[in-house]
Amino acid sequence: MTPDIDYLALAPEITLAITAVVVLLLDLFLPRSQKYWTAIVAVLGVSFAALPLIALAVSDVGDRTMLGGSFVVDDFALVLKGLFVVAGYLVLLMSVSYIESDRYYQGEYYFLMLMSILGTVVLASSRDLITLFIAIELVSQPMYLLAGWRKGDLRSNEASLKYYLLGVLASALMLYGMSFIYGLTGELTFAGIARAGAGMADDPAFIMALLFMIAGFGFKVSAVPFHFWAPDTYEGAPTPVTAYLSVSSKAAGFVALLVVLYSAFPDAAGVWGPAIWILAALSMTLANLTALRQTNIVRLLAFSSIAQAGFMLVPFAAAATTDAVGLGDAFAASVTYIVIYAFMNLGAFAVVIAGARKTGTGEIEGWGGLGSYAPGIGLLAAAFFFSLAGIPPLAGWIAKLVMFSAAMGAGSAWMVMLAAIAAVNAVIALFYYAKVVKTIWMDPVPATAPDEAVRTASVAGSLGLALGLSAAIVVAAGFFPSLVTFFSEATRVLAGG
Amino acid sequence: MGWFDNGWGLSLIVFLPLVGAVAVLFTPKKNEAAIKAISLGFTAVTLVLAAFLAFRFDFGNSDEFQFGTDLTWIESINSSFHIGVDGISLPLLVLSAFVTILAVIYSFNHWPEPHNPKGFMALTLVLATGMNGTFVALDLVLFFVFFELVLLPMYFMIGIWGDKAIMKIPGFNREVETRLYASIKFFLFTLFGSAFMLLGFLALYFKSGEPGARTFDIPGLIELAPNFTGTFAFLVFGALFLGFAVKVPMWPLHTWLPDAHTAAPTVGSVLLAAILLKLGAYGFIRISIPILPEMAKQWAPAIAILAVIGIIYGSLACLAQTDMKRLIAFSSVGHMGFVMLGIASMTPVGMNAAIIGMVAHGVITGLLFFLAGSMSHRYHTRDMARLGGNMKVMPIMGGILGFTAMASLGLPGLAGFWGEFMALFGAYSPLAGLDTTLFRTAMVLGAIGTVLTAGYMLWMLQKVNLGEPSAEWEGQHFHDVDAYELAAWVPLVVAIVAIGIFPRLVLGATNDAVVSLVTKAFGG
Repeated sequence: MTPDIDYLALAPEITLAITAVVVLLLDLFLPRSQKYWTAIVAVLGVSFAALPLIALAVSDVGDRTMLGGSFVVDDFALVLKGLFVVAGYLVLLMSVSYIESDRYYQGEYYFLMLMSILGTVVLASSRDLITLFIAIELVSQPMYLLAGWRKGDLRSNEASLKYYLLGVLASALMLYGMSFIYGLTGELTFAGIARAGAGMADDPAFIMALLFMIAGFGFKVSAVPFHFWAPDTYEGAPTPVTAYLSVSSKAAGFVALLVVLYSAFPDAAGVWGPAIWILAALSMTLANLTALRQTNIVRLLAFSSIAQAGFMLVPFAAAATTDAVGLGDAFAASVTYIVIYAFMNLGAFAVVIAGARKTGTGEIEGWGGLGSYAPGIGLLAAAFFFSLAGIPPLAGWIAKLVMFSAAMGAGSAWMVMLAAIAAVNAVIALFYYAKVVKTIWMDPVPATAPDEAVRTASVAGSLGLALGLSAAIVVAAGFFPSLVTFFSEATRVLAGG
Repeated sequence: MGWFDNGWGLSLIVFLPLVGAVAVLFTPKKNEAAIKAISLGFTAVTLVLAAFLAFRFDFGNSDEFQFGTDLTWIESINSSFHIGVDGISLPLLVLSAFVTILAVIYSFNHWPEPHNPKGFMALTLVLATGMNGTFVALDLVLFFVFFELVLLPMYFMIGIWGDKAIMKIPGFNREVETRLYASIKFFLFTLFGSAFMLLGFLALYFKSGEPGARTFDIPGLIELAPNFTGTFAFLVFGALFLGFAVKVPMWPLHTWLPDAHTAAPTVGSVLLAAILLKLGAYGFIRISIPILPEMAKQWAPAIAILAVIGIIYGSLACLAQTDMKRLIAFSSVGHMGFVMLGIASMTPVGMNAAIIGMVAHGVITGLLFFLAGSMSHRYHTRDMARLGGNMKVMPIMGGILGFTAMASLGLPGLAGFWGEFMALFGAYSPLAGLDTTLFRTAMVLGAIGTVLTAGYMLWMLQKVNLGEPSAEWEGQHFHDVDAYELAAWVPLVVAIVAIGIFPRLVLGATNDAVVSLVTKAFGG
């Protein structure tokens, strides 16, 4: 029997896969001085992958379901695929000048990056446990290699090893949980699990399996207490890879969490809600307090991204205590937060790449006076860091608003408490985000700063494009939040709200 | 003039400064003349539009929102771009446009260090959009965005151009420049308050109806006021209280204010005192009281007590200052105490007092900060022990300082009088049902506060203006007021006299609106 294949629905995945193979082949035949072609092909390939997404979005066929319901292209999948493609595009742009300066393994770098992007795009459509697991692994496996990209650097090796070991542990936990779920329900597709597992929320084995899966996802999204790998891996990995880890890879974890929890375990919300409540509260509070003490900008962003994961988990916790409409609200809030977080965090990392080149250091102290000799970078840094802090008129505020809204909408005292914890954390977070901006704009240029030529060297064109695009989105969405909420509202269908 | 009346006029007043800020950003840093021209042009057009708006305003229907529009903004949470002015917001909106252009003119000849007109003007213009926007927003989310929009520019203003003196951080064994400490303290305090304010807004939203019919609309929520009762409303009022009280600021949440005002560059202090403090008190009048009237009544005694503590504490703190600018900063705590006392009485006369008090405080304290800035610019010190005999050194500036100090202590015939007098009057006979003994005690204490206010203002005048100049200034030439200073100050002096003699300039707009607000909230 040949399965019925909808090629248009698969076109983004096919484009990415072909691009990845072409990049690998090109790398074989190109002379060393021509390797930059791999970068061009990779960027073009990701851009082309966006075209079928647009075609699918405007087509009036509705949801496209394939392979017995395992692979679905609905509005949710399209929105998230779009996000992953654009985020991947921005990461590739950030990579070009960074990787070129190393002069080795360019082809492999882009091949691995493309495979991981392919994984994220597949993930958005996966609707059964096996497809989901394969997609998640496809996202993560190339990253284990890329984290150790700077082979000569011990910290990069440590980054890779730590990420690999803990990542594999997480996968094992997740798979273990999945096997139990399959054993208990006899189903693999999420719809089937939701049907068969409807009355099982009291079954200890079922609860245990669910918690195992949440723990596995917890590693992927780097929520406390499953975050230990993140700061070291983020610091050691090449910065564009870190950007990818903290945005696409993390968002992939959240998307997995969204589809699994909302579409496979809607009736067990009473089980996973409280578990997520604890993860959210711990992630926000511990990560923010630790971030206050960081002196390295990448480590600071690592803890910031753990804290942001905590904020993103708040709507999940709300889902447990709410009605159907609240469930949809919480779901849409998560998607909104993920989309906005992706762009502001990518922008922040692009600023880190540009700023580190100009100041010659990743230590925040060394960034003193950056605003005086590179006002453009300084302005963008202020925009992205204050967006992360949630200060209007930058896009971060609407992310925070929908997050608080989901929490307050649930109406239970527990959720109001979590909202209050989040509010206090938003204030703590402002302190360390503002610390970076303060250093850039209000501190004198340190004596250790590189000479004039390095400080005033212009930013690479591709990096400038990445900076410009993310800044445009962060500012536009801050003034017109509907630009983002329009898409997240479209995804609400998956939560049945 | 259809376009002007149906939202465009108001939108232009709000967003023209922001457009100006973008234009400034795209002007080369070297071209200071163009930067000055752009900022002056945009603030001038804004002021002209605001004046035209006041001219076209229908004072007979000042309790209705005019010049407004209501456009779809964030559909998913049913938040709209709903703006409009009534008699309560009109005086404050005009005040904001008025003080902004004076601040711009003043900076032309007084760029604070580090000299960076481009950055400074861009921030001033963004600030103007935030301030104007807060006074016209009629949607809670929109209000929140504008309310917060002022934070970033003010943070940078204090942090970059602020006081570079080294200070010891209280409670820590570390030393930093005052500007760095003051700027982040201002930011953290305000954000802490507004984070809880936002939770309060969301709670109102979810209580406002069934899914799909929920609203952030302020007039809409006022209609629903009877639904908000019990513990829920009590907590929501508390959350809003945190947000607004930090901004006012009310004792004991005021500690950011003396630091921020003293460390800020002159123009920053002026805008902070003249407009930013008003956002908090305006929030009470526009949001807390009409939407949660029952709770406002319950909280009124607490607000009155805190207001009176603020009056007495602010005055006593003034008497302990050696720094002239810090003294003026603490005087704001006292003056805003009168504003809050007026609000706490929950009567029309008290609310009118609050608004005219805010406008008066805006022009008077704004002028005082201008003067303090110009004096420390010339003497290179703000230490009152070293200043003295200013009347002999710079007679014109000394004269204006004397005049403004008189206005600030509430001399009848000048603007400061009405706010204090009417606030005490309101406290004498508060809203029926409120504890008269408590409010009358508050009134007596407030009256003592006016005496203390006169005390510290005259004390300051005596130290700074009168006597013989200290020997250290001998042989130095001090340039008396220059043209830019006069251009910025004379309009303020005129406004102080005009409001003092014709309080109707403000009360004529506010009275009907306030009466209707109080009637709606607490019944006939």
